[in-house]
Amino acid sequence: MTMQTTLQKEPRSEPQPVRVEYLTPPVNIYETKSDYVLEAEMPGVNKDGLEVTLEGNEITIHGRRSLEKTSGDPLVRERSVAEFRRVFELDPALDTSKISAKIEQGLLTLVLPKSPQLQPRRIAVSD
Amino acid sequence: MMLTRWQRPELTSWPVFGRLSDLRTEIDRLFESPFTELARTSSLLGGWMPALDLFEDKDHFIVTAELPGMKKDDINLTVHDGCLTISGERREERKRESAEVHRAERFVGRFQRTVALPAPVAVEKITASYKDGVLTVTLPKTEEAKPKQIEVKVG
Repeated sequence: MTMQTTLQKEPRSEPQPVRVEYLTPPVNIYETKSDYVLEAEMPGVNKDGLEVTLEGNEITIHGRRSLEKTSGDPLVRERSVAEFRRVFELDPALDTSKISAKIEQGLLTLVLPKSPQLQPRRIAVSD
Repeated sequence: MMLTRWQRPELTSWPVFGRLSDLRTEIDRLFESPFTELARTSSLLGGWMPALDLFEDKDHFIVTAELPGMKKDDINLTVHDGCLTISGERREERKRESAEVHRAERFVGRFQRTVALPAPVAVEKITASYKDGVLTVTLPKTEEAKPKQIEVKVG
């Protein structure tokens, strides 16, 4: 903290802290024998606006919409322009080096492979 | 009237992703999202109502709707009595049947939205595109509906 002794003539020109609002994308998560699959809906987001980051055992999906050109007067406005963001906690046993992501028509699909130890194995019975 | 399919409640626990933090996120979402959005997306209060914008410029109406993860052929457009109706169905993919479901927040099933157009449109000139999960419909106004400048001469 610093002491402010000078009088501010234009207090309103000070930049105000901005609260960023994110939308939580709806997700489906399902598990197959070898992977976990996460699908997240982010309409308006394409490959360029998508960011998937892995930090420790947390995976963050963040989507910025590519803004369409809108002209004219709005008569109905329901769509939000906010960015999408959601954080998931991962099991440390997942093979995080092999996570893959693709986005098609605003639907992100993340494939999180289980590490080989977690996958079911058939053990041959010897005679 | 809209017919919607019953969505099964969330199944079993999700061992990989923290359950408690998910619950907190859900509660945060309940309090933070505006009610209209909740009504549109919550399975408690009905079905899937894709969010929709309608813009008007001098010559066109432009409708955009959020339909993530659809196939182009599963979206239907009709114009009737000055109303544009967007309908379709999202099918559950086959591969998931053998999998264990941990979270099912995405809507599956039929949807329909109708928006009234404030002026007549040239039905044969309507164009539509589907990109990044957003449907854009451009509806040109009929010649009669376009605004005209009328010069008034004082004689």
